Amino acid sequence: MVITEKKPFEEIKKMLEGVKEIYITGCSLCATSCMTGGEKQILEMKEALEKEGKIVTGYTVLDPSCNKLQVRSTLKKNKEALEEADAILCMACGDGAQTVAGVIETKPVYPANNTMFIGEVERIGHFSEVCKACGECELAWTGGICPVTRCAKGLLNGPCGGSRNGKCEVNSENDCAWVLIYDRLRKLGQLEKMLDIKPPKDYSKAYNPRKVVVQR
Amino acid sequence: MGLQEKLNSGRFTVTCEMAPPKGVDTQKFRECARAVKGRVDAVNVTDFQSAVVRVSSLGASVILIEEGLEPVMQITGRDRNRIAIQGELLSAGALGIKNVLALTGDHPVFGDHKTTKPVFELDSVNILQIASTLMEGKDFAGNPLNKAPEFYLGASVTPLFDPMELQVIKMQKKIKAGAKFFQTQAVYDVEVLKRFKEKIEGLNAKILVGVIPLKSPGMANYMNKNVPGIRVPDEIIERLKKAEDKQKEGLKIAAEFINQVREEKLCDGVHIMAIGAEENIPILLDMCNL
Repeated sequence: MVITEKKPFEEIKKMLEGVKEIYITGCSLCATSCMTGGEKQILEMKEALEKEGKIVTGYTVLDPSCNKLQVRSTLKKNKEALEEADAILCMACGDGAQTVAGVIETKPVYPANNTMFIGEVERIGHFSEVCKACGECELAWTGGICPVTRCAKGLLNGPCGGSRNGKCEVNSENDCAWVLIYDRLRKLGQLEKMLDIKPPKDYSKAYNPRKVVVQR
Repeated sequence: MGLQEKLNSGRFTVTCEMAPPKGVDTQKFRECARAVKGRVDAVNVTDFQSAVVRVSSLGASVILIEEGLEPVMQITGRDRNRIAIQGELLSAGALGIKNVLALTGDHPVFGDHKTTKPVFELDSVNILQIASTLMEGKDFAGNPLNKAPEFYLGASVTPLFDPMELQVIKMQKKIKAGAKFFQTQAVYDVEVLKRFKEKIEGLNAKILVGVIPLKSPGMANYMNKNVPGIRVPDEIIERLKKAEDKQKEGLKIAAEFINQVREEKLCDGVHIMAIGAEENIPILLDMCNL
């Protein structure tokens, strides 16, 4: 899931300086789970903006905001409210905001959220980063634990000297990914997978912007 | 005699460590170099240690050569990608630097530019791999060099690590990638060193054991609390507490440790990290008759 965080309201106010009428979009998937762009948060945003003297001409929870065809057809159905607005405030991830901006070319689209990382939901409201989208998945030899993401330095050949009591010196709340990997591989009887030297990654796999076209 | 020859001769070897200046006044750095000249076999030059901006390791290594000392250029993967690492290594080779110590590098979170983008494209093992490739006369992409550099490659190891097997696995990889000598994190307990030696039995590399002379009980407590891999035993802290001249006692403790590891042949030498008190190194070596 793409994890998002709300921008401070002060920042949003600054982006919307001089804007009177606003249309709000949210997203049914990740941003709803992150509590940054579901209907509840949209209504809270609407109220906050109205307190600032703004007019919210309408809103919609896009399903989802990253699907261009869905976004186009949903926004078409909300044409009138959209036309009244001077700007669109998008409560999705950076992808969702760009999809909306790609569909609505005549009005500025402002992001209400900061896009943080690809992560998992540990429990409601608790997210942790687990994948860097490196384009070359390493999980097969690491016991299903990603060192690229979960080691603060993304090391591929074992821990640095900053590991202590199984924790990372960069942030002592984080486990040392390499101690986790070692423990898991040992349990799986696959410790030999750690012995090979891993060469530096092929970063051309992550040259952006990337595109994927499924061959059918 | 150079570092490599000295270590291969089997004689007890001494290296120490110096941080390059923060700014372009090199006078104090040169004075520190002169103070240890002829007393140590080589001097490590740190590479933006603790992620703090300074004169580079390469630049300061060249200053040491000018002063007639043999540098060990430390190089980390924190700030450079594979192009910059190879360029730095080739520059080192062209400028007469032979000893290179590969490290992962401290995270920028500990430095003075906390908002920087960390690189970490290569870890210590990869840097050794790339340096070994350059020594074969080609770059990491396989393109030929007009002349191959000659390096004596080293790396670091932490004798006190949990789980120890994980540390040994990484050390094996470093040796496989070209490391011929290791400098360790500071050790204060001979037993720790003995256990470490047992774990790495059969591994073919020279070991220089890290020594950080203590200046006060506070420093010992601080390191115990904050520096991974360092454990100063309580009895040493007690000795420091009782001592009138704590710095002198710290040097005495270090000298006793060095003498013991030397007499019992527990390592190939020592690596002294004086952390800003380089003037103490000759005093310490006098105390050890080195």
